[in-house]
Amino acid sequence: MKLTKTLMATTALTVAAASAHAQEMADSMTVVSWGGAYQASQQKAYTEPYMEMNEGLEVIWDESSNEAVAKLRAMDEAGNITWDVVDVVAADALRLCDEGLAMEIDPEEHLAAAPDGTSAEEDFGELLVGDCFIPQIVYSTTFGYRTDMVPEGVEAPNDICDVFDLETYPGKRALEKRPINNVEWALLCDGVPKEEVYDVLATDEGQQRALDKLATIKDDVIWWSAGADTPQLLADGEVFMGSTYNGRLFAAIEEQDQPIGMMWDAQVFDLDGWIIPEGLPEDRLARAMDFIMFATDTQRLADQAKYISYGPARASSAPLVGQHADLGIDMAPHMPTDPENAKNTFLYNYEFWADYRDDIDAKFQAWLAQ
Amino acid sequence: MTESQASDAFVAFDRVQKSYDGETLVVKDLNLSMPKGEFLTMLGPSGSGKTTCLMMLAGFETATHGRILLDGVSINDIPPHKRGIGMVFQNYALFPHMTVAENLSFPLEVRKIGKSDRETKVKRALDMVQMGAFGGRRPAQLSGGQQQRIALARALVFEPELVLMDEPLGALDKQLREHMQFEITKLAHDLGITTVYVTHDQTEALTMSDRVAVFDDGRIQQLAPPDELYESPQNSFVAQFIGENNTLEGTVKEIEGGLAQVQLDDGGIIDCKPVNVSKVGERTRVSIRPERVEFDKKRLKEGTHTIKAEVLEFIYMGDIFRTRLSVAGNDNFVIKSRNAPDQTRLTPGETIEIGWLPEDCRALDAN
Amino acid sequence: MSDVTDATTGKVAPTPDDGLRIADSNEGGPVLAADGTPLKKSLSRTLRRQKMRALLLIAPLLIFVLVTFIVPIVSMLLRSVDNTIVPDTLPQTVSAISEWDPTASDLPGEPVYEALYYDLFLASEAKEHTKLGTRLNYEQTGLSSQFRSVGRDLDEIGEDQIDALEDLAEDTWDNETFWFDLMRGGETAENSDQDVLDRARARLRTLTGDSFTGGTGFLPGAEISALLPRTAYEYASFAVYTAIAEEDVVAEEEPWESVKIALIQELQAGADVASYSGFGAEQLVAAQEMLADQPQLNFKDSFLEIDEGWGNPRTWKTLSVYKSSYTSGYFLNAADYQLGFEGVEARPENQQIYITLFMRTLYMSLIITGSCILLGYPVAWILANLPLRTANVLMILVLLPFWTSLLVRTSAWKVLLQQQGVINEILVWLGFVDNANRLILMNNATGTIIAMTHILLPFMILPLYSVMKTIPPSYLRAAKSLGATNVTAFWRVYFPQSVPGIGAGSILVFILSIGYYITPEIVGGTDGVFISNRIAYHISSSLNWGLAAALGTILLVVVLVLYWCYDRIVGIDNVKLGG
Repeated sequence: MKLTKTLMATTALTVAAASAHAQEMADSMTVVSWGGAYQASQQKAYTEPYMEMNEGLEVIWDESSNEAVAKLRAMDEAGNITWDVVDVVAADALRLCDEGLAMEIDPEEHLAAAPDGTSAEEDFGELLVGDCFIPQIVYSTTFGYRTDMVPEGVEAPNDICDVFDLETYPGKRALEKRPINNVEWALLCDGVPKEEVYDVLATDEGQQRALDKLATIKDDVIWWSAGADTPQLLADGEVFMGSTYNGRLFAAIEEQDQPIGMMWDAQVFDLDGWIIPEGLPEDRLARAMDFIMFATDTQRLADQAKYISYGPARASSAPLVGQHADLGIDMAPHMPTDPENAKNTFLYNYEFWADYRDDIDAKFQAWLAQ
Repeated sequence: MTESQASDAFVAFDRVQKSYDGETLVVKDLNLSMPKGEFLTMLGPSGSGKTTCLMMLAGFETATHGRILLDGVSINDIPPHKRGIGMVFQNYALFPHMTVAENLSFPLEVRKIGKSDRETKVKRALDMVQMGAFGGRRPAQLSGGQQQRIALARALVFEPELVLMDEPLGALDKQLREHMQFEITKLAHDLGITTVYVTHDQTEALTMSDRVAVFDDGRIQQLAPPDELYESPQNSFVAQFIGENNTLEGTVKEIEGGLAQVQLDDGGIIDCKPVNVSKVGERTRVSIRPERVEFDKKRLKEGTHTIKAEVLEFIYMGDIFRTRLSVAGNDNFVIKSRNAPDQTRLTPGETIEIGWLPEDCRALDAN
Repeated sequence: MSDVTDATTGKVAPTPDDGLRIADSNEGGPVLAADGTPLKKSLSRTLRRQKMRALLLIAPLLIFVLVTFIVPIVSMLLRSVDNTIVPDTLPQTVSAISEWDPTASDLPGEPVYEALYYDLFLASEAKEHTKLGTRLNYEQTGLSSQFRSVGRDLDEIGEDQIDALEDLAEDTWDNETFWFDLMRGGETAENSDQDVLDRARARLRTLTGDSFTGGTGFLPGAEISALLPRTAYEYASFAVYTAIAEEDVVAEEEPWESVKIALIQELQAGADVASYSGFGAEQLVAAQEMLADQPQLNFKDSFLEIDEGWGNPRTWKTLSVYKSSYTSGYFLNAADYQLGFEGVEARPENQQIYITLFMRTLYMSLIITGSCILLGYPVAWILANLPLRTANVLMILVLLPFWTSLLVRTSAWKVLLQQQGVINEILVWLGFVDNANRLILMNNATGTIIAMTHILLPFMILPLYSVMKTIPPSYLRAAKSLGATNVTAFWRVYFPQSVPGIGAGSILVFILSIGYYITPEIVGGTDGVFISNRIAYHISSSLNWGLAAALGTILLVVVLVLYWCYDRIVGIDNVKLGG
């Protein structure tokens, strides 16, 4: 029955999609993103060429991605969805899907196949997390450090456990003010093998163990909550090392020439992509679908990497990644997915965190407040 | 005034000057001395410097030049709270957050007087102003007159030898004001307190004071007991300022034996007492009180000069008649006559002859 | 008074006293107006028009306040106790589970699992089950994925029996038209059971919140509905959902597994198909015969197979504790307690945070209010005693921060306070502080206090200033003339009169600071954050809006209680914002 149901659903969607194409598409579209350099890269790679193809289309940007779930929920309760395409991290996409706030997507139907004919489902592969998420980029949360603050006669930090080594690397650290990633790193450096990290973390003892490990550096930690904090703290010399998104560090190092080094060890991969809110009127839905189809094709995803050092989510886009649009440097070595950088990586465990997020966060916050 | 005189007096201003901006003097060379127990009023239009003098005495303003002496001691450098001078403010300045009794108790508390002593004194002070039953009230619950009494009691409760009052009755209605004038004078005399009273109301000044200092332009124009001030103003400002007054302008024609003949500008000749004029040919402004003008020939001395006047208006005022005349080009010449059975009621349009005793007509400066 | 006459007519004019006279004349009766109507009525008639006009004038504001302030607050209050999602999503389970003793160590019986199956099936079709999973995950970790996985695998339950049924005859049990005809009692059905359709509509309405009105193109047959009530009900739910939510034709869609499971169950349970003679009677008989040999369905085992969590008594205990439409759970959580299986209990120590945060918020707000008084009082005093022109210039300086965005101001403090920041640099340069031991002025409580004191200072200065402006200088002079020193005069006479300004400023600053979160978030680090930061977190990150609402409600109550205390101690009449 499952198969029949899927088939029938597909048929229904096909019919819907066909009729959507036939009818008028809305001539205005509200796109929600994160602002800053990331949004700029989307504008250059996606919306500008799309607007050239569709004259008279108005694109409205809303920089609300960091609270997209809450806002969409509020819009849904008020019965007035004003967004058409929303850029969110995969974990938020999952929650939106769970809450019935995001539309389910059929990759075969709604996403373009690769130029060589590989189907979208295969091209995105396992990055298609959940039923509503359309992956766009792979980014990672990793550490950067001040090259000029490395003590003399000591090798620059290149191991995640250097973060916890205050003796060799004295100085402040910047960590995100939430348990995700921090507790994994803590357990890893407390001797837990990588493949057992989540099993250990699922137990009360394991959670306590992670917090105890973090407690060894707690006095030297500045907790950040916005992605821009760590690069700023590093630039000001407030911290020696700090975690943030790799694109932010790339910008600080290559675009602003700050004395900062990248430490790719134990970087945590995460995904960012689009969702389409549930319950759009037909003309706006048609527009959103059309845009998504265009903006997530192989070439467009590769284009985005010209402007920001995040890896395209399609396998077929990787070979097309070229040079930075302004700096003219090869982008490939700066991608988190580059083999040189991806020797030791984590993938954000969506399933685990969907369950444990509230529980571990309550403990983490209580621990912080102590 | 000499040094010795100043130091004999209880309160003395010795060549005091005051300037706020360094350019103009608000008080110009003030000399004044008061014996103990005197009730002295500083009277003058606003801006005449009277309040500034009071504030300097209280210690809230410092004299730019000169000395202020209290009981022979210079108090220029003594802060207000050590001067021991009682003061009643224009709007009473009763502390709104304290009860009446607390207000009265305040000066005693800061003098570290014991509780039982304080209570006795507060009670006595309240009784003194017939407000014994109001100790527990807040100032806002009292009428204006009651507040006035409390302010007075508070200024007196710590038994100062000198009390300053800054237009204390200004906010009261006429009837209450007259009543309070009487009470304040009585209290001051009964207690033997030296009082400096500031007002711009001349009736108040005349009824209450032992002596009145008339201020104008930063100077004392005349310092004299009320009757003298009224009857013998030393200059035309005082004459104008105190009481109602008729003025006529003219030239001194002859001065002889304490009597001057003044030729008015329309040619008429009148007899005056020379006060502020010294030589023939000088311009003068003569001043006659309305109640001293006579139009009944029988009541004038033989040989007195009279002048013609035209009746413009007759006003019946109950106790008196008030008649407006046109005299020598002055259309505001007023005469007052007592409402007696034999009194003549003048009718407008009538032409009469008016005259006066020479000593009631004062030839003053023409300014 | 009665001798007052109207000069023109000579008639006695009505006077205010007339009413009294009339009242006097008929003692005991109501006071009458001059025209004989009762005075009260006459008065209220006169006032009514005025009142209406006044009401019209304030109507825009009233509506605005209602819509933007009262309604959200009330909805917040409701949300903090709202738990309707559980009974709305799992109505049958909730009623079945009340038979079960949550204190017992064994699992609930088969009927509970059976009810859960039917509830969840519909919920997962309507994609509502994951919402419930998210909701219950706040109470027990793991329920989120447990509900998500069960939604995915629910159609595997009873697969064997369904296969057997479908294999029984061709084009019958897997044929949508056959099902459609069966359930409407054939093309020529005379009696229909409207009731079962209405129940299905109502069920979907509570589940999804949508109205589910409109035609379905399907009427359940009365006979079949009497014979197979459960199957009819499930099919009706399927039909309503298919026709209205998915906008498909019921007759062209194959029914859900839950319908077939219901049929299998009812046939196995011995439904009296022999007495039935309507459409599909022989197929039903054949199916019943075949199913007699099939094993009975066991929902419990099937659920455990999908996720072991369904065999964990904790899951059921949690469900049992949170089964009613309203819960005190959020409020208990907000006070570091929880609804345990044996009643209210303290949360594990390593999760207690809210009481700490509430106390810290109050404590730090007090400190901030105190610093604002200390810093604001002299400023306000100077402003009130300077000539107006100078005071206005200085007032602009006081108000200047109002014209800058809060974020900019806070960020500016960051630049000043950080360890490599301006203040530390100057102190190091002056030699007051050793380079290695720079002061930690931010990312802690100090940072929050400094930045918030600065940001809230105008709210203290303005009421103080306007109150001080009304205190005439003669009071201080009077006090001094009465023998008080400067200090005594200030303390006993001036200060008490400025207290209403302090009161107003303090209330403003305190209440504002209690609700602050942007500044603490940026400069507060870990020990300088307030309860509002947690509320914001639950609103925008954890999406636990119920808990956020409970925390917000507590905060509101705390403010109201403090206000009440303030009124009792200081008196609200003693608060002045100006003359």
